[in-house]
Amino acid sequence: MAILETHNLAVGFGQGSKRTVLLQGLNLRLEQGRMVALLGRNGAGKSTMLKALTCDTMPIKGSVVIDGKPSTAINKRDLSRLVALVATERIMGGAFTIRELVALGRQPHTGFLGRLSRHDNEIVDACLEAVGITHKAEQHVANLSDGERQKAMVAKALAQETPIIVLDEPTAFLDVASRIETMKLLHKLAREQHKAVLLSSHDISQSLLLADELWVITSDREVITGSTEQVVMSGAMDKVFSDTAIMFNGSLCDYEAQLPSSVAVKVKCDDPVLERCMVNALLRNGVAVDDDSDKAIEIKAVDNIVLPSGDVLSSVSEAAQRLATIN
Amino acid sequence: MSKGSHRFALVATALVVLVVALALACLLFGSVDIDARSIFGILTGHDSDNEAWNIIVLRSRLPMIVTAMLAGAALSVSGLLLQTTFNNPLAGPSILGVSTGAGLGVAIVMLAMGGTIGGVFGETLGSYMATLLGALVGAGVVLVILISFASIVKSSTMLLIIGILVSYLASSVISLLNSVASEEGVHSYVAWGFGNFSGVSLEQLPVFSAILVLALVASMLMIKPLNALLLGTRYAQNLGVNTHRTRNVLLLITGVLTAVVTAFCGPIGFVGLVVPHIARLALNTSEHGRLLPVTMLAGAAVALLCALLSVTSRHGIIPINAITPIIGVPIILYIIINRRRINYFN
Repeated sequence: MAILETHNLAVGFGQGSKRTVLLQGLNLRLEQGRMVALLGRNGAGKSTMLKALTCDTMPIKGSVVIDGKPSTAINKRDLSRLVALVATERIMGGAFTIRELVALGRQPHTGFLGRLSRHDNEIVDACLEAVGITHKAEQHVANLSDGERQKAMVAKALAQETPIIVLDEPTAFLDVASRIETMKLLHKLAREQHKAVLLSSHDISQSLLLADELWVITSDREVITGSTEQVVMSGAMDKVFSDTAIMFNGSLCDYEAQLPSSVAVKVKCDDPVLERCMVNALLRNGVAVDDDSDKAIEIKAVDNIVLPSGDVLSSVSEAAQRLATIN
Repeated sequence: MSKGSHRFALVATALVVLVVALALACLLFGSVDIDARSIFGILTGHDSDNEAWNIIVLRSRLPMIVTAMLAGAALSVSGLLLQTTFNNPLAGPSILGVSTGAGLGVAIVMLAMGGTIGGVFGETLGSYMATLLGALVGAGVVLVILISFASIVKSSTMLLIIGILVSYLASSVISLLNSVASEEGVHSYVAWGFGNFSGVSLEQLPVFSAILVLALVASMLMIKPLNALLLGTRYAQNLGVNTHRTRNVLLLITGVLTAVVTAFCGPIGFVGLVVPHIARLALNTSEHGRLLPVTMLAGAAVALLCALLSVTSRHGIIPINAITPIIGVPIILYIIINRRRINYFN
């Protein structure tokens, strides 16, 4: 059974006559043990949708059902034990230690004064351990790197002991190493702790590698869902941006720019890494690559490019100039 | 015991010692020289032969000490609650105009009573309650204005400026009221505006203390949601906090604390703004479970220090509001200059 479902949900912002519906007719299913990546361009409605799913905003139409109950029938305290949030907002908690920050995640379970029991402390320890930040537990949040801060927020979410964790762009502002580490961590939590993890992201390559499912918002405000491989093969990724100068490259698992070119060639190369580097170099020098072209060039090394004429050139820019004149 | 609670125990103990020492100093020193033995005699029920000394110790110095301690704690807690609620470390009851609002309420009540009441509080219970009510309503109105602007203006700096503007507006209304008030009324209003911990008589002290102690206890019950609010409204909601209701309760507590102190002691600046920072810097934490008690103690200490300085001059009593900026401004400047190195700003 899905832990979170939506039925004919419409999301948007504003009220009354100024109301804007961003997405509608959403029938989504979020299951425990799986990680879902919500992809879409800026302004597509990712955050708006997450706010509706975490019940920060009321649905414009339709319903959100969490753990079998419609969200409107769940009180705040129960909700805080069902859905944990990691948002993009900067927090004013610089003078909290990591442990204190993570302990705030216990609030849905503690009493009126928020005192931590021994059980609560054990859970906080386990959450610090799970995200690998135990060694920094007594340090202040202000002294952490962005990646460590994000881990601490994930640990806070874990401490809430909710079946669902929702993260709004958890890897924004992170360098590639922290991005990969964070995504791996979330994937591990889905698998090992049986959490339903829903995150929005612009990190296409990591999402395609680690997400079990994709929810893709297309440029015409349609939401395409399914397993990652299904969604990629359906061609949904091509519909994210309306701009034709940006195309999804399935073999790269990422988007790439379409650059203007005056000539197309076929490339022969034995080393796939070298081939990729040289294809990029050709593209930015105005040479498109087309396997159906009758003009073939052979690449033996970075400085060893054999043109169709048999001439050997030592740089891509030279080769590109020569190819343009052949045309 | 963790490093944090160790530091808390140390800071709290030091502050308790300081408060006791300052309170003793306030008992011993004043515009009239009374020897220590007589003072302790008077306090322990052995009245001095000098009737004036009995009156000074029991009806002037003792109430002033209690008033200063409670007023200092109240203003400081009020500042801390405002800083957390508005997510703005430079918020405080005076800078946001809450004190001036309370002052306007007091001014209106004083004028309505013909501006002829003796001192701020008249002899009758009625006028005394009316002034208190005026302060509460005035502070409440300013808080409602701040809440409504807070939902429109997201920038905390802009909200501070709105608070300052509201304060100017209230001051100008007060000036207009004073222009039509009797000379006596204006005089007592101006004297009140200087700030003074000696304005609470022994008879008024129980009511003053009871309201403040209740509001301070109420603030201690808000520690859990206060901590959640440091993460911002969205995180707080996600932790199960009813942020709307919590904010209203916090502002109600702030309003009561500020209004009662303002009505009795005048609009005292800087204490509410500065003391929470002293507490945070001393503890190196934003965790309200430790911050709140230390803010109270530090507030009591700062107010006692101001009270001591105000009465020990050979040239008459110095207004409290002439002392608080001398203590407050350097601290605020230090904080602004060093904010990148201060944990709770980052």
